[in-house]
Amino acid sequence: MRLRTGPAGGQRREGILLMGRHVVLIEDEPNITEAIRFLLMRDGWSVDAHTDGATAVEVIRDANPDLVILDLMLPGKSGLEIVRELRMEGGMGALPVLMLTARGQMRDREMAEKAGVTRFMTKPFSNAEVLTAVRDLHAQAGQG
Amino acid sequence: MASLNVLAVVCLAYVAFLFFIAFWADRMATRGKSAAWMRSPLIYTLSLSIYCTAWTFYGAVGYAARSGLEFVTIYLGPSLVMIGWWWGLRKLVRIGRSQRITSIADLLSSRYGKSNLLAAGVTILAVIGVTPYISLQLQSVTLSFAIFAEADPLRSYNETYTVFWVAAGLAVFAILFGTRNLNANERHHGVVTAVALEAIVKLAALLAVGVFVVWGVAGGVGETLQRIDASQIGQWNVDGSRWATVTFLAAAAFVCLPRMFQVMVVENEDERHLRIASWAFPLYLLLISMFVVPIAAVGLELLPAGANPDMFVLTVPLQQGQQGLAVLSFLGGFSSATSMVIVAAMALSTMVSNHIVMPVWLRLQNRRASVSGDVRNVVLLSRRVSIAVIMALGYFYYHLSGGAAALAAIGLISFAGVAQILPALVGGLFWRGATRSGALAGLSVGFAIWLYTMLLPALGGGLLPEHILRDGLFGLSWLRPEALFGIEGMDPTVHAVMWSMSLNALVFCLVSLMSFPSPLERLQGAQFVNVFDHSAGPRGWTGSVAQCEDLMIMSQRILGAAEAQAFFQRERLRQGGRGPLPEPTPAFLERLERELSASIGAAAAHAMIGQIAGGSSVSVADLLAVADETAQMLEYSSRLETQSAELTATARKLRETNEKLTQISEQKDAFLSQVSHELRTPMTSIRAFSEILRDDGQLSGQDQRHYAGIIHDETLRLTRLLNDLLDLSVLENGQVSLNMSAGALPDVLDHAVAAALAGSDRPLKVRRNPATEGFRISSDLDRLAQVFINLIANAQKYCDAAEPELSISASATSGWLQIDFTDNGSGVPAEFQQMIFEKFSRVSPERAGGAGLGLAICREVMQRLGGNVSYLPGHGGGAFRVSLPAAGEKAA
Repeated sequence: MRLRTGPAGGQRREGILLMGRHVVLIEDEPNITEAIRFLLMRDGWSVDAHTDGATAVEVIRDANPDLVILDLMLPGKSGLEIVRELRMEGGMGALPVLMLTARGQMRDREMAEKAGVTRFMTKPFSNAEVLTAVRDLHAQAGQG
Repeated sequence: MASLNVLAVVCLAYVAFLFFIAFWADRMATRGKSAAWMRSPLIYTLSLSIYCTAWTFYGAVGYAARSGLEFVTIYLGPSLVMIGWWWGLRKLVRIGRSQRITSIADLLSSRYGKSNLLAAGVTILAVIGVTPYISLQLQSVTLSFAIFAEADPLRSYNETYTVFWVAAGLAVFAILFGTRNLNANERHHGVVTAVALEAIVKLAALLAVGVFVVWGVAGGVGETLQRIDASQIGQWNVDGSRWATVTFLAAAAFVCLPRMFQVMVVENEDERHLRIASWAFPLYLLLISMFVVPIAAVGLELLPAGANPDMFVLTVPLQQGQQGLAVLSFLGGFSSATSMVIVAAMALSTMVSNHIVMPVWLRLQNRRASVSGDVRNVVLLSRRVSIAVIMALGYFYYHLSGGAAALAAIGLISFAGVAQILPALVGGLFWRGATRSGALAGLSVGFAIWLYTMLLPALGGGLLPEHILRDGLFGLSWLRPEALFGIEGMDPTVHAVMWSMSLNALVFCLVSLMSFPSPLERLQGAQFVNVFDHSAGPRGWTGSVAQCEDLMIMSQRILGAAEAQAFFQRERLRQGGRGPLPEPTPAFLERLERELSASIGAAAAHAMIGQIAGGSSVSVADLLAVADETAQMLEYSSRLETQSAELTATARKLRETNEKLTQISEQKDAFLSQVSHELRTPMTSIRAFSEILRDDGQLSGQDQRHYAGIIHDETLRLTRLLNDLLDLSVLENGQVSLNMSAGALPDVLDHAVAAALAGSDRPLKVRRNPATEGFRISSDLDRLAQVFINLIANAQKYCDAAEPELSISASATSGWLQIDFTDNGSGVPAEFQQMIFEKFSRVSPERAGGAGLGLAICREVMQRLGGNVSYLPGHGGGAFRVSLPAAGEKAA
């Protein structure tokens, strides 16, 4: 499923950002996927959602998004492995990855940072937090 | 008047005669033609008489004149040993022969693990103890010359001159006959025969003087007895403690004196001789002491006051004008002195050479024994030089002491010195627990006390400062040499002997008990203590590495070429005669070591063979020989082993417990992490959608209801999760109280199906088989129903068939009631079948309605009910079997 929505009104973004902000969301919990999709689409993102860890890397490579939101615990392949593989692939070394996890332990955070996650966020999060994080990551990527 | 010149001629003639006898006996022995009488017990008994030195010959009369009958103790001690302890001596002789012992130092060294330190210590002790004794002999010869010189005014007499030539002459005799052959363990037939001859001469001389005194001077036995009664000797004055002490000293010295050991053990031809000597030697002593009292009594009466009573044997015949008798008497005294000096010098030189010179020389060589110089010459040379040095020591001691001290006093000091060996010796013979450390400690303590309380005070002459004698060492009065620990008023000899011997024995026992013997020491101890049980070798050499040629070269240097070749030839024939040299078998090496030890002592021989053979090993047979004694230690060690095994077991248990705890801790972490995940996931949806509902006013009514529905569902999910967690916790802790009741299986199934399917939007067709279900069961029916509900709900959730269908059937087999739940889906993949009953395990997360606790709860419940729930592979779809103990029978 691939839905794209146009830029929301009143955004003071430069053209390249306004054109199409594209996020791939890998999350196995359908309700959470629905919530995030709702939030981001309202913020002007096009959202691709995917549930299976095993095929996530291919999906991301094919979609070539501006940002990836990744759950830590996924069926088939863990979020950490996916990040490691992404970082090793050519062209996606700088792709911003926001990792979500329901296991908010320090060790998980450290491992995630080691694996190359750009930002780490513990469930349950507030909607504002997610939006801020997504915008920051996108802006940083645009500057870099 | 016999002039000094005549006396000198008689002396020289006598010595020449001795030389001839010794030379002749040696020749006979080397030609293997020694006469039967030379090997008789008579010669052995007579040779033992070197115990009777000039001290006994002259000194006994002096002793009697001074202290009355106390002189008898000197003869009493050895007699008691010979009569009462001949079995102990027999053991000594047997050990001496089987171990090829060369001296008393060698015996102790051999017994205590071939320790050369111990041998050197004993050697030093013996040299220090015996040197005064040798000088005593020189003194007596000199004195007897002086007596004749007094009677010969024509000639000026030089005492120092005489002593020197006497010492030199004796040294030459000892070197010529004592070191003719290297093998100290071989009999010195010449010396022994000469000594036996001298024994006859001195006995004859003393008897002649005695007969002359009793019948020639006193005029009969009765007259003599009257004179004795009249003299001070008749006053029976016995000091019990002194008697006991001196008797003990004489007995101890008889066993421990190096020269006694030499004639009694080393020169012993045949063990049976000891049996004859056990009564013959006391008889000799009786004869030689018979006329002591009469001579003393008559001498006291005839001679002016102040005449030296030590010389009565000589002066009484002279005073009576019996020149011939006087010369005979002189020869008797001369014989006593020379025989003692020769044998003592021989024995001491063997000890000094084997235990001090050879070890030092071997170390200085610092090379393998087989390539070093001619050991044979070195040994002989060192032995000869040792004899010369020992004689020189005696000569210098004579000068140092000024020749003034009474003969008897010096003799007793010497006895007490060598008696210090006794505890280690007797302990070594009879006590397996005696150790080298104990022997060393006991000897050192005894030696030190003897030195401090006896030798140094007696020497006087500033060797021990006057203030120490008076006030004690460091001014401590309890360290006064003649009143140790404040015990005063004792006879100095008794005092010194009591302290030195008792502390020696005590320290020896204590240190032995506290220290642990080395393996070699233990084996040698067994060999010594049980010498009559096994006279085999004490240990095995590992012969395989020994180079036989090296051994041959070394042996030639020690034994001499001819003898070594003969020995190797004998060994080769014994082994069956293949090859030019014998195989270096352990038995051969052992015999070779004994052969060598007879020449250079046990410790040196052991070291030399060890250098070539590369170390000794303990054979199984030897270990078995000492096994009975070590049984106690084995038991102790097995106790230790048991304790050690227990400790190991405890440690293993602790390690296992630790692993289990670590595992449990990890499981707990994983569980908490899982619970956290399961709680946070629904919370995330709830929070996100509740914020959307709160913040977004433009949502359509339909969206609002949809999102509120999600929140509601997730809330229910949370509630279910919490319920399951609590349920599982209660089940796992075993706190659940079962509500056992009887019922019909169909009823329980009806209830479960109805409950599971209620409010479900997914259709699941449940197919029952009422014909099989007709069982009555006795269980907690509510809990059982919970299990059924879970299984049915699982099928409803996970069955992936287009038209999901679950069939339920029951059966009974051998005491078990089985209820199977089989759906028509694809089932659980094989890799998950093992883990589906674990907590939080879910196979397909997309359809996860629960937290993955359902099957875990089922398993816990069934275990509480005494049954089981398991996955049935290969039943087409997902199949679970619930097993219950068949409490009830089939109902209708």
